[in-house]
Amino acid sequence: MTMGPLLIGIYVFVLAGFVGFEMITKVPPTLHTPLMSGANAISGITVVGAVAAATTGAPTVANILGALAIVTATINVVGGFLVTDRMLRMFGKKKK
Amino acid sequence: MSQEVIQSTVVPVVYLLSMILFIFGIKRLSKVKTARRGNALAAVGMLLAIVGALLELGVVDYRWIASGMAIGTIIGLLFAIRVQMTSMPEMVALFNGFGGIASALVATSIYWDKVVQRAPAGTVYEVLGTDEAVTVMLSILIGGITFTGSLIALFKLQGKLKKGQPILLPARHFITFGLLLGALVLGGLAVAAAAPDSVMWVLALSGASLILGILLTIPIGGADMPVVVSLLNSYSGVAASMAGFVVGNPVLIIAGAMVGAAGLILTQIMCVAMNRSLLNVLVGGFGVTDGGGGSGSDEYTSVTSCGAEETAMLLENAESVIIIPGYGLAVAQAQHAVRELADMLKERGTKVTYAIHPVAGRMPGHMNVLLAEADVPYEELLEMDVINSEFKNTDVVIVLGANDVVNPAATKDPASPIAGMPILNAHEARAVFVVKRSLSPGYAGIKNELFEYDNTMMVFGDAKKVLQELIGEVKNL
Repeated sequence: MTMGPLLIGIYVFVLAGFVGFEMITKVPPTLHTPLMSGANAISGITVVGAVAAATTGAPTVANILGALAIVTATINVVGGFLVTDRMLRMFGKKKK
Repeated sequence: MSQEVIQSTVVPVVYLLSMILFIFGIKRLSKVKTARRGNALAAVGMLLAIVGALLELGVVDYRWIASGMAIGTIIGLLFAIRVQMTSMPEMVALFNGFGGIASALVATSIYWDKVVQRAPAGTVYEVLGTDEAVTVMLSILIGGITFTGSLIALFKLQGKLKKGQPILLPARHFITFGLLLGALVLGGLAVAAAAPDSVMWVLALSGASLILGILLTIPIGGADMPVVVSLLNSYSGVAASMAGFVVGNPVLIIAGAMVGAAGLILTQIMCVAMNRSLLNVLVGGFGVTDGGGGSGSDEYTSVTSCGAEETAMLLENAESVIIIPGYGLAVAQAQHAVRELADMLKERGTKVTYAIHPVAGRMPGHMNVLLAEADVPYEELLEMDVINSEFKNTDVVIVLGANDVVNPAATKDPASPIAGMPILNAHEARAVFVVKRSLSPGYAGIKNELFEYDNTMMVFGDAKKVLQELIGEVKNL
């Protein structure tokens, strides 16, 4: 059996979905909002695809779209992780 | 090291490490003790993934990439530092919208580069390959829906757009379903069209996706927005995953799929807590079309109200107090005031605990975050299942800006729209004080029987103001 890249991708997609499913069933309700925020930050992973879409300095439509994707995805990543940290910091401090 | 070795070995290893960090990160995010480290681990994983992506690119013109990241970082920082804890759900909705549009933009950019700018002969699926062509269209569709859907959710959470009430267009199911089908057809046409002709189909698809996001979200009421945001969070993961297929990047596919699954699980949990099916939420119009009952039954007949002074007098002799915080507490930013009152009562020897309904606040866990911000000890926050048996042995319950989650009709009246919804049994306590601005109904749009109970007293006013008055009165005791 030889699988093409698409099929391998689909395998990976399905299995990763199950991994996410299993991990997240075991979270206490307290952490649901931080978790949602953290997961949301991870969905900014699309920045990895975005950098491949703005690789020349030329002001072409493709590059402009790519640069916009980098900006929006970076906002999602940076803002998402920081906001999650702000929430979790509060859980940490009352344990003193 | 040659670029070849970097491409064939270094980049895949960096990606693998990044994915392992994501998995450990999410795992640790699921325990209170390790959550903060988990978030940091996931952030490091993200950094590694970006480093991997840059290594994979090799030597290119980095100017646009660097500027884009700098601008995004600054904007993200500003948002994250300035946002109030009470506005967290809005923030998640906004970030989510950005994530969705980013995936759609990535797909559009790659399509534009390969199909429009290079202007090759042949159809789109011949130029891109069928799988890439299909995933480009799916990224645009899902990303577009996520973007406008999240923005509408944000406005609804802020109480804009008819104060968050559902907006019901005539024949909306027909329109929405038709548009969804239309968008799929447009995507198909774009895939099959000759390269130069495909542009208009792709633009039409983008437009249809953006409108779909709006149409899917406006009929849903403000109370159900957390469910919607959670579902859209799932969509943005799937959109990222689709973008991963477009650019052929395993980290994107995996991280996107995991987020997609996470969003779905959370959505399901929230629906269960509200005793609603996901379909029921998505169809929308809750609290408007099925208001049920005559208008007469919605009016209150025997409501007792009192002021802070009387409340304080009862609190003076109470041995046990349970505080039920709700959305109104978040709106009034009264989390610090409530902790101050609790501290004063504890000094007097009263036992004070907090009863947290699964959907208290505007998202599961939102109330915990708010109270943690005010330094309320974690052990004092009790979940519904734990505390429900305690109410009958409790002297005083203070309901702060919560409504539907303490409505006994949910368990007693099978005809009630909220019948079967799990509630906090506040009515079983010896005395119940409900701090609320008016007798206006909660999100379910129905009257709350608790307000008419003999052991219930209404304290009208803004939660923060009432609490400050109470603190003053308790001081004078």
